[in-house]
Amino acid sequence: MRTIDVNMIADAIAEMCVQANLSLTPDMLAAIGGAAKSETSELGANIMGQLQENLKIAGEERIPICQDTGMAVVFVRVGQDVHFEGGSLKNAINRGVRRGYTDGYLRKSVVSDPLLRENTDDNTPAIIHYEITDGDKVELTVAPKGFGSENMSRVFMLKPAEGIDGVKNAVITAVKDAGANACPPMVVGVGIGGDFEKCALLAKKALTNGLNSVHSYYEDSDEFKDTTGAKAGRKQPDAGYLEELRKDLFSALNALGIGPGGMGGKNTVLGVNIETYPTHIAGLPVAINICCHVNRHVRRVL
Amino acid sequence: MIRHIRLPFTKETLAQIKCGDILYLTGTVYTARDAAHKRMYDAICEYRDSHKDDLFEETLTGKKLLEEGVLPIDIEGAVLYYLGPTPAAPGQVIGSAGPTTSGRMDKYTPTLLDLGLTGMIGKGRRTEEVRASIERDGAIYMGATGGAGALLSKCIKECETVAYEDLGTEAVRKLYVEDFPVTVLIDSEGKVYEYGKE
Repeated sequence: MRTIDVNMIADAIAEMCVQANLSLTPDMLAAIGGAAKSETSELGANIMGQLQENLKIAGEERIPICQDTGMAVVFVRVGQDVHFEGGSLKNAINRGVRRGYTDGYLRKSVVSDPLLRENTDDNTPAIIHYEITDGDKVELTVAPKGFGSENMSRVFMLKPAEGIDGVKNAVITAVKDAGANACPPMVVGVGIGGDFEKCALLAKKALTNGLNSVHSYYEDSDEFKDTTGAKAGRKQPDAGYLEELRKDLFSALNALGIGPGGMGGKNTVLGVNIETYPTHIAGLPVAINICCHVNRHVRRVL
Repeated sequence: MIRHIRLPFTKETLAQIKCGDILYLTGTVYTARDAAHKRMYDAICEYRDSHKDDLFEETLTGKKLLEEGVLPIDIEGAVLYYLGPTPAAPGQVIGSAGPTTSGRMDKYTPTLLDLGLTGMIGKGRRTEEVRASIERDGAIYMGATGGAGALLSKCIKECETVAYEDLGTEAVRKLYVEDFPVTVLIDSEGKVYEYGKE
């Protein structure tokens, strides 16, 4: 058993909110740099130049990369041997968000009720996803999410018969419809499987993974490794097709020609990240969580 | 074509500007996004409603609405920037200041255009109704680069909150911009910039 003071969580969240809004991960920076070099459309190349200059100014002068500093999405993975003390974990997370967004001069973009629409003035509450894992560590991921792109996200409840082509069509439809509204070049989080809410969560989580990565449920599951367990003698499903799907989607989406800022060009997406989960015999849920080129996420293990 | 423009727009300038042109704007623009649009629109509707017996539409001008306290700014000839900035840190004029998605303002825009609103800066698509209003009223819709708020903030030299302060980031601010970069997405003839058709 390990005891963790929730004030440590609040401090970490506050710092992570600010960090996420001022700098991107190296894989995102490399992808933006690559797109700036490869873009051939004149207006698209002009936009890519602005985006690179913008990142430089944001880092040097500590001005948020984008004015939409997002709703704070927080993934918390808690080892089952951890005990929290010092008050409520949820309150500590929201305290961290409040402090990060206030002291860090970030925008307060949350309204207290979806229809009454009064600003909470401190960007709380955060959207918190908890997960219990093995061990005695706490992993925090802060992913501020802007709504220009969030508004263009979709869930499709496909029929199993629609198969992989159905999945491709769903993703292409979502990105095409998003167009300039989602601030391309985009990052596309794809969740396949699970049920209605699970695929949406997978798509969101996919955005926090390494750029252009695929991840299937059985990668972190030992269900097939236990030779005496329920799956004894059976083979783990081979998810090797996912990398091919990712590459196909990446090419198909960039062939749409939407380009940087929707001004035309070959860089419509910087990456496609896929997460999968087992699903029901009757279903093939697919969620597409669209993110702009400011795909922000910071991870820290305590 | 690249053009340096001093605001406000004149009819002659607007006639020369075509979609796809890159403009560098210098002059005054006002910020307004979702909540400020709703408030202005509701105020106009309420004013029209309460004066429906004695109101002549042609006398309903931006100046009159400002004088009557219906709108906080003279909308005639104005340029609106769809922006909710981050707070300015000490020593800054304004925080991060890029455009938000314009489509959410579409419900309110034709009313404002008919009252003389001349320019809009945002990002993304507009409805056919907005496009038709732009053509009818000889206005202009311009796109700034989404997600380039730090860069764009450097072009904003003055910032003053002029109305709806209670809306926080959504308040109406008067900005003085210098060489603010935009691309023309719908020109005064109602032509729409579409990628691949430069």
